Amino acid sequence: MIRLEKRPQPSQLWTAITPLVAVLLTMIVGGLMFAALGTDPLEAIRTIFWDPLFHDRFASFSRPQLLVKAGPLVLIAIGLSIGFRAGIWNIGAEGQYIIGAICGAAAGLAFYPSESVLIFPLMILCGALGGWLWAMIPAVLKTRFGTNEILVSLMLVYVAQNILISVSTGLLRNPEGMGFPGSRNFKQWDATHNAEIFANTGMHWGVVAALIAVIAAYVLMARHIQGFNIRLMGEAPRAARFSGVNPARIVFLCLGIAGVLAGMAGLFEVTGPAGQITGSFNAGYGFTAIIVAFLGRLHPIGILLAGLLMALTYIGGELAQLTLGVPGASIQLFQGMLLFFLLGLDVFTNYRLRIGHKEVA
Amino acid sequence: MDLSSINPVLLVASIMISATPILLAAIGEMVVEKSGVLNLGVEGMMITGAVVGFAVAVNTTSPGLGFVAAAVAGAVLSLTFGLLTQFMLSNQVATGLGLTLAGLGLSSLIGKPYEGIKSPTLPKFEIPLLSDLPILGKMLFSHDVMVYFSLLLVAAVWAFLKYTRAGLILRAVGESHDSAHALGYKVVYIRLFAILFGGACAGLGGAYLSLVRVPQWTEGMTAGAGWIALAIVVFASWRAGRVLIGAYLFGGVTVLQLNLQAAGANVPVALLSASPYLITILVLVVISARGAHGAPASLGRSFHASN
Repeated sequence: MIRLEKRPQPSQLWTAITPLVAVLLTMIVGGLMFAALGTDPLEAIRTIFWDPLFHDRFASFSRPQLLVKAGPLVLIAIGLSIGFRAGIWNIGAEGQYIIGAICGAAAGLAFYPSESVLIFPLMILCGALGGWLWAMIPAVLKTRFGTNEILVSLMLVYVAQNILISVSTGLLRNPEGMGFPGSRNFKQWDATHNAEIFANTGMHWGVVAALIAVIAAYVLMARHIQGFNIRLMGEAPRAARFSGVNPARIVFLCLGIAGVLAGMAGLFEVTGPAGQITGSFNAGYGFTAIIVAFLGRLHPIGILLAGLLMALTYIGGELAQLTLGVPGASIQLFQGMLLFFLLGLDVFTNYRLRIGHKEVA
Repeated sequence: MDLSSINPVLLVASIMISATPILLAAIGEMVVEKSGVLNLGVEGMMITGAVVGFAVAVNTTSPGLGFVAAAVAGAVLSLTFGLLTQFMLSNQVATGLGLTLAGLGLSSLIGKPYEGIKSPTLPKFEIPLLSDLPILGKMLFSHDVMVYFSLLLVAAVWAFLKYTRAGLILRAVGESHDSAHALGYKVVYIRLFAILFGGACAGLGGAYLSLVRVPQWTEGMTAGAGWIALAIVVFASWRAGRVLIGAYLFGGVTVLQLNLQAAGANVPVALLSASPYLITILVLVVISARGAHGAPASLGRSFHASN
């Protein structure tokens, strides 16, 4: 008989190796999936995880993409992870990301065609503010009326998407765009273009912001009293209340941070890699960031690594789509699988597998 | 705006059709939550049901088989969630989210070859005598069989939870899994069973979207219907009758905003399209503000016999 026995202490070994085992299992099961789709599994796995970094022909193009894709993922996931630590389930980062992009872009477009150096910082500010405002809706409703933040933040994603479609064909549409939907292209407007800081590295301002967020989150969670309160609220809500932690403040803090970071990610994306506001500029980063946050064990450094890994599956996935004809959706499934394995394996952190009969105490 | 173009008979009939997918998913999820499990993967199970049901119906030209396959697909997907949360004790919120993400990926993978095809759809099933009634007959009694099935299912779930021993045990497991365990009930298996039922219902709801309501397959076609089903369970305070009311209210909003769009109402289209989600938020706020929740006490908590 196989059964689980509670460990007296969580296993540090398992905490550390779970993500690695999960990645390995995903590769194996993912390989089987590719085999079922009629692709050589070893070649598929190599194309996704190895070629983007080391292939002679592709690597020079795809290596910088790693930072481009990881930037927004890490930025959003850092914000989400702080909330998750406190038991605040903001899963509407996609909406905060979209509204941040719209607000930031609108602030910039209002000054077209000025080339002032102040425009870009202003846009970042407005992007952060937009994301923050959008995140404040579930925060206010939760603290005021006890409304479930999971459902509200998620509903707001669909609302944001409708707003996005509306502004890209109306309010923010490029007046010189010959009637096509979509805003002016920020790539053609130097003052607002979120360009690479060093050529051919993929390093843009969003990546810089992500790195700063990683450090700031690390300091907050490990060294600051609010970080302690956040963790306390997640792990022992009653104890938190007795020690004087104000739950409403934590809700505002956590959702606020997540909103600001997601909004900034949206702005950096729309002024950089995406280039313009269109009905579909958002690449689902807000949802993938949830996986990144868990894969990174809700720890800033872990999230940085997880973001890079997830970016690799995106790029490798595109490469596999191109060279092997693997359907793009299989990568999304691949990412979901990774999360499943991780969550499932987590049990071994707190429990130990016992094979044999139960001893009578 | 020309409101006279809206025919009240057709309006009620289309509200029933528009409410059915959410009703099916919501009643299934209610049973799951009654057993103390929060499965946030409804959206993922729905869309998997939608694509599998569509694929099977197209290949066999039988919508009936499509529905059966969709229910099985939803249940199989929910089994992943069940195994992870019940045996591996994973966090229910995170696992449910993972289920949705995986379901969305899986569905677009399966659905690629089926884009742009029209599915065989369910014939109208006229109930003898009743459907001959003037006005009411067309409004309420000339639908396809799944509409009636969803209503029967709500009644069955209500009766099961209220009057049967098994229903009582299910509720006991949801209220206090430790007490239920002490009384000798198999908490894990009961929950697993509820999860499978919820998955099958969500699958049926998804298939109703792709086979009847829209009848075709487009990527991401559930567009949040699964999440709205979750919200309706909260709205209903975990009661079957109110799930019905919630789903029909929501169906009403959806149909009404489409009708207003068609009638050229002087309201921005984005606002109309977003209105079902906005109204869901509004309803959640009103329900939560009242404070009368009635959520099962063990909802979302993992159970392990050693604790």
